[in-house]
This record gives sequence, C-alpha cells and structure tokens, in this order.
Amino acid sequence: MDYSDLIEKLLEGNTRAAARLITLAENNIDVAEKIINSIYKNTGNAYILGITGAPGTGKSTFISTLIKIFIGQGKKIGIICVDPTSPLTGGALLGDRIRMKEYFSLENVFIRSMANRGQLGGLARATDDAIKILDAYGCDIIIVETVGVGQSDVDIFKSAHTVVVLLVPGLGDDIQAIKAGIMEITDIFVVNKMDLDSADRKVAEIMQMLELNETFKYDSEEIPLDFAKIKDWTPEIIKVNSRTGENFDLLLEKISKHKEFLEKTGIISNYLKNRIKTETLQILKHKLTKKIEELLNSNEVIEKYINEVMEKSLDPYSMANLIIKMLENKF
Amino acid sequence: MSKERKIKVLVCKPGLDGHDRGAKVLARTLRDAGMEVIYTGIHQTPEDIVNTVIQEDPDAVMLSILSGSHNALCPVIMDKLKEHNIDDVLVAVGGIIPDEDKPLLEKHGLKGFYGPGTELKTIVEFVKNNLKR
Repeated sequence: MDYSDLIEKLLEGNTRAAARLITLAENNIDVAEKIINSIYKNTGNAYILGITGAPGTGKSTFISTLIKIFIGQGKKIGIICVDPTSPLTGGALLGDRIRMKEYFSLENVFIRSMANRGQLGGLARATDDAIKILDAYGCDIIIVETVGVGQSDVDIFKSAHTVVVLLVPGLGDDIQAIKAGIMEITDIFVVNKMDLDSADRKVAEIMQMLELNETFKYDSEEIPLDFAKIKDWTPEIIKVNSRTGENFDLLLEKISKHKEFLEKTGIISNYLKNRIKTETLQILKHKLTKKIEELLNSNEVIEKYINEVMEKSLDPYSMANLIIKMLENKF
Repeated sequence: MSKERKIKVLVCKPGLDGHDRGAKVLARTLRDAGMEVIYTGIHQTPEDIVNTVIQEDPDAVMLSILSGSHNALCPVIMDKLKEHNIDDVLVAVGGIIPDEDKPLLEKHGLKGFYGPGTELKTIVEFVKNNLKR
C-alpha cells in the first residue's frame, strides 16, 4: 500500500491524514516503520510534555487546563491519552476525552486516545510513532498522558522532554515519597487538588525527599543512559488546582525553566542521543525477537538442541549461546 | 489483517440529553467484546462528534439518544461527516427511536435503532457485521 498521499497531506497539516496515519501505525508495526521512514526528517520541532501519576490524581483535568493556557498562547497542541487494555478480553475503555470536552472543536487542538494494547511501562507500543506523526503534523506542543501508573511505569521519561508527575494530598505517606522508581526521575512534581486539607503536607514530604537528593548527588558516570538527563536538575514542586487554574502561571514558569535548563546545559542533545539509542534498542528487540522466534520454530538444528536439553546433556543457557552463534553467522 | 488490528468504536451522547446509563453499559459491553471504546461524555454537539471522529478515526460511531431529538441531530451529523468525505465509518443510533422515524434516519445512512431491552450480544454482533472497513 502506498502512503505517500496521506503523508503529503499530513505535512500540509491535514487533520484526517494525521489521524489515519496514527491508526495505521497503531495497527501494524511494519507500516509504522514505513511512515516514520518518510516523515522523520520533518520531526523534532514539538516540545513533548509527559503527564503521569496514579489513577484519579486528575491528569486529564490538569491537561484540560493546560490546553486552555496553550491555546491562549496561540500554540497548536497535540494530546495523546493512553488508557489500559484489558488483559482478559483485549478491549479497552478510553475515557480521557471526557475531561477535555470544551476543546473538541478547536482547530489547534488534536486529541487522540490510545489503548496500551498490553504494553507495560505506561505507554502504548505506537505512542512514540503517534508523537512523531503529530510533530510532523505541525504541533508546537505534544502532551502525553500515560496510563494511570504505578510506581515503576517510567517509559514516559524516555519519550518526553519534561515530565510532570501528579500527586494528590492524602494518598500515601512520607515513605511513598522516598521509594524508588517514578519519584526519582521526575522533572516537576505537581500536587493537584491543592484545596484539599493536607496539600501542604504533601508538598513538605516531597521537599524533604528532594533535600536528601541534594546531599546525595547522583554519580553521573553511573546513571543508566536513559535517565542521564536528570543530573544537575533539582525537581521543582508546586501545588495547583486544575479546576480553577490556580497556580498554573507558576507551573508554566517552571516548565519553561526546565526547558531552558535542557537547552542551556546542552542536556537536550544528550537527551536526544539517549532517546535515539533507547528507541533503536526497542526496535531491535522487536525485530530480533521476531527473527529468533522464526528460527526457533523452523530449524532442525534447534530441534536437536531441544532434545539435548531434555536429555540434560545441554542446559537452556548453553543452548541460547549456541543460537546466538547461529545468528551471528547469519549476519 | 494484522493481529494488532482492533475494532475502535466511539460512543456518543449528542444534544441536551444527560441520561447516559445506556451509553455507559454499551461502552462497557463493547469493551468486553474486545473492542477499543472511546466514550465522549454527554452534551455533544454534532460538530464535536464529527471532530472527534476525525481525530480518533474510529470504525464505528454509536449515538445514544433518549431525548427525542434524533430527527434533528442525526441528519446534521451525517451531513457534516459527508462534508469531510467520511464514508467508511459505521454510524448507528439507538435509545428511544420510534418506528415511524426510522425511514428518515435510514435515508440519511444511519443504522441500528436498538432500544431498551435489546440483548447486548445483538449489538456486539451488529457492530462486527456492519463495519465498512
């Protein structure tokens, strides 16, 4: 199938073409490859803002308020909302749009719901593809709302420039704030629903955690590549009310501050390098897994190895090493 | 067809009709049938619905109307879809649709017309069997 017509329209800013290309990329990874192939040189202009947090922390309402502000600045905005796919039926209920009703018919707002289709980590397999398509479509800002995440769903940190983690008062104590995972790699903490009683306490807990970070600076040599961008940045923290928009002016200042930080320190290019690496790794994993699966299911030598493992004259680790040798010879 | 392919359905409540229990049950049912369901919430204008169809690119749109304003709303939605050359999406309406109104709605390309008491699996089968792509 030829996608050049759709891609041409996408680059002209055609909304339907953007939507259809996202569908195609979502439904077939080989098609996604072809699409990204032709639009890649047109990407890289959008600022990508990741919004994550536990279910019910108010991510969608928060985004809705952000949309309002960005529209006021004359920006073209893409929003990708990821919700979970049922592990039992494969179905999904995508309900994030409901909170963004006011903006359905605005020319500069493109909202797309995505099911994660079983992918762990808070995003869908095709979320990165959708980001690139909306980038090429001409969005200035792309907001990605993750699945209502747990403590270790950290994929968004590899896809977004700035990651905002939403917290709410009354959910978890100070131990939660010093746990590993999402709390370690946040750029900006937002305590939403600031009108609730214990909002200040939540802010204090996070501040305490951040002060400890100051004493224990990460050793930059030791940080895994994916997360190298956090070094030298002390996460900001702010309480807001997404319903009334209270404190959003301050929040936007903090987002700009983080953006400037990335640009000024050159971390943004580091970040890009890392992003390219992790993304390529992801693609390689997918492609190699497919190849290896094909090999495992259709090779007589492997049948022989399997029998040897069954007879205990070989173990699975050794068999894996032998298969790697076979693959190396193929390349 | 790729195994990654999923049926994507938009469930909408057009107009000034706040009763969405039926729409929610339908959304849940289609979810359990393995489809990806987007629910837009209540009080949608035809323009909102068409823009959502453009952005979300669903295979089917299920309109739930209990307010009696189907004759006013549905043709407008269909016309706007046509304006955007969207002809490969199944559009169905259900809720309270009197028999005498069906011919007009059918003429505009609407299908379904399921009302209270319809077995849920009937609607699931209907969606699966009437997709246009």
